[in-house]
Amino acid sequence: MIHLQLFWEFFKTGLFGVGGGLATIPFIYAISDSFGWISHAQIADMIAVAESTPGPIGINVATYTGFHVAGILGSALATLGFVLPSIVIISVLSRFMKKFKESDAVTSVFAGLRPAATGLIAAAAFSVIKLGLFNPGHQGIVDILKWKELILFVVLFVLIRGFKWHPVLYIAVAGVIGVVCNFQVH
Amino acid sequence: MIVRRYLELFWSFFKIGAFTFGGGYTMLPLIQKEIVNKRKWATEEEVIDVFALSQVAPGAIAVNFSVYTGHSMLGIPGALAAVFGMVLPSFLVISIIAAFLANFADLPAVQHAFAGIRVAVGALILDALIRLLRGVFNKPIPLVICIIAFLASVIFRTSPIPLVLAAGLAGFFLLRKRKAS
Repeated sequence: MIHLQLFWEFFKTGLFGVGGGLATIPFIYAISDSFGWISHAQIADMIAVAESTPGPIGINVATYTGFHVAGILGSALATLGFVLPSIVIISVLSRFMKKFKESDAVTSVFAGLRPAATGLIAAAAFSVIKLGLFNPGHQGIVDILKWKELILFVVLFVLIRGFKWHPVLYIAVAGVIGVVCNFQVH
Repeated sequence: MIVRRYLELFWSFFKIGAFTFGGGYTMLPLIQKEIVNKRKWATEEEVIDVFALSQVAPGAIAVNFSVYTGHSMLGIPGALAAVFGMVLPSFLVISIIAAFLANFADLPAVQHAFAGIRVAVGALILDALIRLLRGVFNKPIPLVICIIAFLASVIFRTSPIPLVLAAGLAGFFLLRKRKAS
């Protein structure tokens, strides 16, 4: 049963996740909220792994979630569910690709879809940042913020904006700093 | 030898899957080298067309491209061979890492490392988000759609699927370009 659900949830993610890559993440949060297979902290870890390994982020996240929920069979089914919509849609469309691409109806629908996908990614970013920088259940600005983490966040963000090095580098540095500075685990 | 052509499709996309980090446009140089220059399975224009199509079709660009190339060469079985090659490196690498992390996740050092890594993930996503928002901020209707999707997701925890469907409908009715007469 859980295998069927995995396949179906990632089929929907592949079908509705327009814009590739990070567009998958809001769906993973929805899956986490309705099934409890994975926690929000695990999603953040998963994004780090997906960005540090080869291959498309969507595939990596599907494989990881599937493995976490139901082992190797789970990762196979989640990945299959995720790519199946692409296989069907692109096989059908490749015949009249030009017509489809230039159709007014199609371009207008996707002109509406893309900002929604961006809004959903913003919501996912909000969840990840909240998790990394705030203490749940504390009150007052001094207690609620994780100050060491906040400083690291600002430094990393400035470096990312300025230098555009490969994500794996920022992730590795942050991991080392997390160990050295004893970042708190919740 | 038809079997050999399937194997070639599989192997070419296996290499692309194994050597690109992040998917999407980062794959373009490797696709040009392997599929256009070496194998001559697609022209430069077809590659650009598939990338453009992937902007207006669901799914990962990498997967869409492998389906398109495989399908145009050997039909559905070709599409399957290409996709299988494309996803196999991810599948193997991630399964190994997931199995490894499942065993070591309880170690304090690993937990502190991931507490730091989550901070980096937040900064990386914020950076990607700022780039995406540039395409939204100068147009009023997309901006409203973006804000509604954000608020509905954060405050009401609305599932993404109804939001995506509603946004598609809104685009169809509100963002349709009038034909210049």
